[in-house]
Amino acid sequence: MVDEMTKDYFIERNGKKYEVIIGLEVHAQVLSESKLFSTSPTKFGSEPNTQVSLVDAAFPGMLPVINEFCIKQAIKTGIGLNAKINNKSIFDRKNYFYADLPQGYQISQYKDPIVGEGFVVLDLATGSRTIGIERLHLEQDAGKSIHDIDPKNTLVDLNRSGVALMEIVSKPDLRSPDEVNVYIKKLRSIMRYLGTCDGNMQEGSLRADVNVSVRKQGEENYGTRCEIKNVNSIKFMQMAIEHEANRQVDILEDGGKIDQETRLFDTKKNETRSMRSKEDAHDYRYFPDPDLLPLEFTNDYIEDIKKEIPELPDQKKSRFIEKFNLSPYEANILVSDLDTSIYFEAVIENSDVKLSSNWITGELFALLNEKNLEITESPISAKNLSKLINLIKDGTISGKIAKTVFEMMAKGDKNPIDIVKEKGLKQQSDPKELEKLIEKVINENQDKVKEYKSGKDKLFGFFVGLAMKVSGGKANPQLVNEILKKKLK
Amino acid sequence: MSNIIDLSLSELVLNIKNKKISSKEVTSTYVERSKKSKNLNSYNEETFDTALKKASEFDSKPDFNKKLPGIPMAVKDLFCTKNIKTTASSKILNNFIPTYESTVTQNLWNDGAILLGKLNCDEFAMGSSNETSYFGNVISPIDKDLVPGGSSGGSASALAAKLTPATIGTDTGGSIRQPASFTGTVGLKPTYGSCSRYGIVAFASSLDQAGPMTQNVKDAALLLEVMSSFDNKDSTSVDFKRPLYSKDLSKDIKGKKIGIPKEYRVDGMSQEIEKLWEDGKNYLKDSGAEIIDVSLPHTKFALPTYYIVAPAEASSNLARYDGVKYGFRVEGDNLIDMYEKTRSAGFGDEVKRRIMIGTYVLSSGYYDAYYLKAQKVRRLIKNDFNNVFQKVDAILTPSTPSSAFKIGDKSNDPLSMYLNDIFTVPVNLAGLPGISIPAGLDKKGYPLGLQIIGKSFDEQNILNISYSMEEKINFKFNLNEWWMK
Repeated sequence: MVDEMTKDYFIERNGKKYEVIIGLEVHAQVLSESKLFSTSPTKFGSEPNTQVSLVDAAFPGMLPVINEFCIKQAIKTGIGLNAKINNKSIFDRKNYFYADLPQGYQISQYKDPIVGEGFVVLDLATGSRTIGIERLHLEQDAGKSIHDIDPKNTLVDLNRSGVALMEIVSKPDLRSPDEVNVYIKKLRSIMRYLGTCDGNMQEGSLRADVNVSVRKQGEENYGTRCEIKNVNSIKFMQMAIEHEANRQVDILEDGGKIDQETRLFDTKKNETRSMRSKEDAHDYRYFPDPDLLPLEFTNDYIEDIKKEIPELPDQKKSRFIEKFNLSPYEANILVSDLDTSIYFEAVIENSDVKLSSNWITGELFALLNEKNLEITESPISAKNLSKLINLIKDGTISGKIAKTVFEMMAKGDKNPIDIVKEKGLKQQSDPKELEKLIEKVINENQDKVKEYKSGKDKLFGFFVGLAMKVSGGKANPQLVNEILKKKLK
Repeated sequence: MSNIIDLSLSELVLNIKNKKISSKEVTSTYVERSKKSKNLNSYNEETFDTALKKASEFDSKPDFNKKLPGIPMAVKDLFCTKNIKTTASSKILNNFIPTYESTVTQNLWNDGAILLGKLNCDEFAMGSSNETSYFGNVISPIDKDLVPGGSSGGSASALAAKLTPATIGTDTGGSIRQPASFTGTVGLKPTYGSCSRYGIVAFASSLDQAGPMTQNVKDAALLLEVMSSFDNKDSTSVDFKRPLYSKDLSKDIKGKKIGIPKEYRVDGMSQEIEKLWEDGKNYLKDSGAEIIDVSLPHTKFALPTYYIVAPAEASSNLARYDGVKYGFRVEGDNLIDMYEKTRSAGFGDEVKRRIMIGTYVLSSGYYDAYYLKAQKVRRLIKNDFNNVFQKVDAILTPSTPSSAFKIGDKSNDPLSMYLNDIFTVPVNLAGLPGISIPAGLDKKGYPLGLQIIGKSFDEQNILNISYSMEEKINFKFNLNEWWMK
């Protein structure tokens, strides 16, 4: 998260620079209790074929009925992508045969998607970049074919069959694997803020088809593109792009031509390979699904949904910068994950903003990282972190002691005030007490005092360190400084 | 007490309510007749024992507030029925037993009706003669060489032969009205959105509608009243205030304006049909209605439009029958091989033909020229009706261009078969209600029907017009029951 350096990305061969053009079709599972056209639950990880209705299994005479919640989720997402919500859209049938596609067609949207053009802004180390969104449409997921359980047969699990997906199609505006990384994270962040997709890539809630082409630097026209199907992690997307762009450059440098085709990324061999050529492309015979009426919304309907839209990452970032005087960099780190921003705002409710920001992005992130936890699972609550920061701020403990307290808190969300009390970690700030302590240090080190007085200024640090050590780290370092300066004159 | 089979559905209801007859008596009468009528091949699945048991249960604890109290009824095998085999007359669903009930049939049972069995139909309702069924063709009780029409052929045959007091069918391009016309019965296709499609094996989703098939208009009104409901399990179901069609039924059609569309006077139309239509106009005039010549200029494009839209939707709707999840499967060397073998063996020729047409018209490069254009023409056809309905309350046309044809006559000539739907198809494309009532006989002595088309959700009006005409026409047709041995 810290280092998303995006320099100009080129592939160089024989002294020539090639630009890489990338467009993504992201499939985001709509966060919804039930499927797009049936009432079956969508819970991940259930026993195979336990979340399947007659509609999902395409029994004779079964009809799809639109789940309005999914429609609202798509509209919300469209709004989050600054996109045009179409007052009328149409569900089409995409016809093809496969064992895990029970209807023999997928209900999708073809010519008239629910959401039209929009954009997202990426925050890159080099500045911000706007990536165009071509469209967002709703479609059903297929089931899952399992080839590796039974040696002779393919097994089919229809739990996913009919689950609502949003396909978010970007314009070919992305230029590097790093930008793809930032783009996916930004989409995920927006959808998590909206509560429209959990963005969980391990569970397949977010997958992408990646379109890659290359062109010589300075050229205007796009090269022929290849589509890499169904890549399910950011790392694999980046690897696939890297490999595919290099493969295309190699072909062009050898005087060859790129064939438009669909390719698969082999994660084990780190290479893409041809799945089907343009000639073999399916003819999906799209046509409007006669079982479903066109989706039509009034502007009022859309406006009502707009009212439900929470503050989104970009807005929150601006607010953090303006209201809390955070740097854009800090603000970006704090807003990119909704839960982090909620945690941050809970901490600063009663505590210093700057200290809070530093402690969250420093100590807390390091702790979460080490324990591989989400911020929602943090062993230290926002309330207790706020108390710790206040103890630092009001001088009860030093920053150094605070780190010790923090470590103790991490073992079970203890109240830092109690820890400080129990362990006697309160800072020694009584000048009389400190004076006594310092006098003792000076008396016991008369030789060093002499050296210091004869001009060895560096020894001042030695006395500070010693005083702190004697106090068990509890002495107020500022007071120690002041008193020492006085006594050593 | 007259013979049970001579009673209409409404009369049976009345007699049961008045405790003159029991559900058991009615049910066993229809069961016995059905058992003796296997020659017609109208049943795919018989549930006679359960029906008799349920009839006894009804009699022991009768609820006379129901609209169909203890009435036995066989239904088209396109409606999914819980725990009872539902095949759509296709090999690919030959072993399919649903765990659920269609909304329309559930409405029947909720109102006291009892399932007698599942009736034969064209495979996936694709056909106009009931010759495409995997379970063999259905025979018309009118003549052993005659088709009952289709796709609700089993329903029409069973109804005309009185193997069920009334029945329900589905109509995608005429599949209720054409067989009703062929068998001298009444068939109503309601407005699209009136009856739920939930649990009906889909053929063409934007056209399919369930509807009643009955001996007379009053029965159709009663049955529609029970069938029609708003259903949130079907997104195309329409939430409108449904009238009590049978209660509000009236023969008073004085001042009603009835349109006669000139485009329905097709080339080569027989004198008999011309006369039938003319007689219909006269009956209406006699009842005080006003006859107005109207024009539906895009009528000639209806059939080609239908044969693009319906197969396109069907090609996609039938993709789910792939041998993976349920139904029939032929094992293969791999997934594609299994698909090919299963679907090759599981579907009949007509279904395959329509899947191929549908796949073709949706294909990239052809979509605009076929499917998209057909959708535009469909809009024009709908506009034609909208314009005409500014001036008239209903439209009168023949139901079919001819009477029932012989088995095998058209089965090798799909185009000539498709032409049979020429008067019924525009109604489905426009989503309007249409009813076919028996109006006369041709010179062979076969029934002919007239169709009354109404405005959207104006079923009451076309039922009233039909009710008035029915009295004037006074259609009598006696079957000699040749098939019963």
